[in-house]
Amino acid sequence: MTAGVPGKPAGVSGGLPVGGAMRVMGSETEYGIHAPSAPGANATMMSARVIQAYAQVTRQRAAGGAETRWDYTDEEPLHDARGWTLERSQADPDQLTDQPPVLDAEAVALAYGRQELEADGEDESGTLLMNMVLGNGARLYVDHAHPEYSSPEVTSPLDAVAWDAAGDLVALAAVRRLAADPELPPINLYKNNTDNKSVSYGSHENYLMPRNVPFGDIVRGLTPFFVTRQIICGAGRVGMKQDGSRPGYQISQRADFFETEVGLETTIRRPIINTRDEPHATADKYRRLHVIIGDANLSQASNYLKFGATAMVLSLIEAGLAPKLEVHEPVAALQAVSHDTSLTATLRLLDGRRITALDLQWIYYEAAAKHAQDTGVADAVDGDGHTHQVLERWSATLTELGSDRAAAASSVEWLAKLSLLEGYRDRDGLDWGHARLGLVDLQWADIRPEKGLYYRMLARDRMQRLVDDTRIQRAVTEPPSDTRAFFRGRCISRFGADVVGASWDSVIFDVPGRGRLQRVPTREPLRGTEALTGGLFARHREAGPFLSELLGLPPGS
Amino acid sequence: MAGQEQQQPKSRDTEVDEDVPAAPPAPAEGQASAATQGVDDLLDEIDGVLESNAEEFVRAFVQKGGQ
Repeated sequence: MTAGVPGKPAGVSGGLPVGGAMRVMGSETEYGIHAPSAPGANATMMSARVIQAYAQVTRQRAAGGAETRWDYTDEEPLHDARGWTLERSQADPDQLTDQPPVLDAEAVALAYGRQELEADGEDESGTLLMNMVLGNGARLYVDHAHPEYSSPEVTSPLDAVAWDAAGDLVALAAVRRLAADPELPPINLYKNNTDNKSVSYGSHENYLMPRNVPFGDIVRGLTPFFVTRQIICGAGRVGMKQDGSRPGYQISQRADFFETEVGLETTIRRPIINTRDEPHATADKYRRLHVIIGDANLSQASNYLKFGATAMVLSLIEAGLAPKLEVHEPVAALQAVSHDTSLTATLRLLDGRRITALDLQWIYYEAAAKHAQDTGVADAVDGDGHTHQVLERWSATLTELGSDRAAAASSVEWLAKLSLLEGYRDRDGLDWGHARLGLVDLQWADIRPEKGLYYRMLARDRMQRLVDDTRIQRAVTEPPSDTRAFFRGRCISRFGADVVGASWDSVIFDVPGRGRLQRVPTREPLRGTEALTGGLFARHREAGPFLSELLGLPPGS
Repeated sequence: MAGQEQQQPKSRDTEVDEDVPAAPPAPAEGQASAATQGVDDLLDEIDGVLESNAEEFVRAFVQKGGQ
């Protein structure tokens, strides 16, 4: 019983209604990257090309240059939520995400040839651009060997869907730009999570939580939910085992890559619950729960439920009301659920009961619905405007999964993909090991609407739209209005030329005529909103006077 | 923004019929064949956008590790 006084916002909610589906959240997507005409090309170099291409796109859009370096000051990838910090010397090099990645010149030369790099592989200041902060408040950068889009902070599941889908349009704009360049090989990007050859790359969610919720409560409350939520938001995968060597179809892209229950790593020994403790905010008030177990979703309905249901389960945990059940051997159970597209397999609970994944989701749904009703946020009229819709869709989807799978195939991504694959299997008599089915799986996630099979289904209205195209397009350039992402995004699009760096919790200005850099901290995720700073942006067209008013400095100082 | 998802049709089954000439001998049978026709149309379209040489294309999609 740590938070969530009925009807009253807790102190750390910052005014957001508590008990339901609203909270500060965001998504991260690492895209699969492939240049079919340059099969040996270095993936990090290609990823940098993608960032570079988008920088060219935004340079045209924003006169000031909408690109900005990342400020690494507050990155703490080795802080563990369980209360300790990993020694740098003990960490896997992949975990050191608080240092700018350095592209090895040899790798660059191998990929594109030395001369070309010298000619145009660098930006004006002479270094390869690996990092951008975008006008919509997002971050676009090279993470390991993939381009990654990290969405701006939003406060609702529907906004999470919109700004996550905006990332797919950002990636598409980069792909188009590269395709138009006759000097470079075209690059394809895929919103998926495995190459089916032992490698997986992530789609992550982030949720802001009060720091005072014991981490053990989070682990206990979330693990059974995470083991089973894939039935509503798995993206589907052709191939079993990490290397896809066993023919078959499974619910989740990611399940076979998880090896432990709780841990700090994200690239090796992947844990169901990740303990990375970088709040990117006031650390004594907040934790940022970093969720690495989800699949990247193209289906808007699956994505919506992924964020909406998870946010509601976190509200349950904060209130001390998470269902009291424990799954026997969660990692094995996670994989068993993924491998059972009939949804009939049962999981063993530690109390001896055996229930299906669907039963377990219903238990969470019932608890979340009751808590949301008790706090008032679920009311269709007087609620928070989001929780009611999440609950409606959550229960409708669970009902369809139990009794009308054909109906669920227009919203649940793994079922939509499965229906297409079954069409091929029926028509052409293909077994699961056939390469064409592997291609359908891969090309499902191609982000180009003319090639991506998800988009072909969407165009035929075989997939549901929750957010219309105009709104997604707007989210490419516009930040959310109700978080600090508004301030960050507006600073970039308005004063891009004077911003030398930014991060989740800072924007750094270098204004001509001022002696030193000015770092504006943004450690409260629900400040810096349009309501709080919109007037400031309306009053100033130049960074100097803007900063003077913001920081309370005498004009011209 | 809130409530937009409620505007979605509940069932997709009816949508499959859209492009199909209406000549149903009996309602149930007509619906079934229309659904089949819808899937056939979809597969025909997707045949046209699938990369050629599936085996080679899938084999060449090799990624480096990520998070």
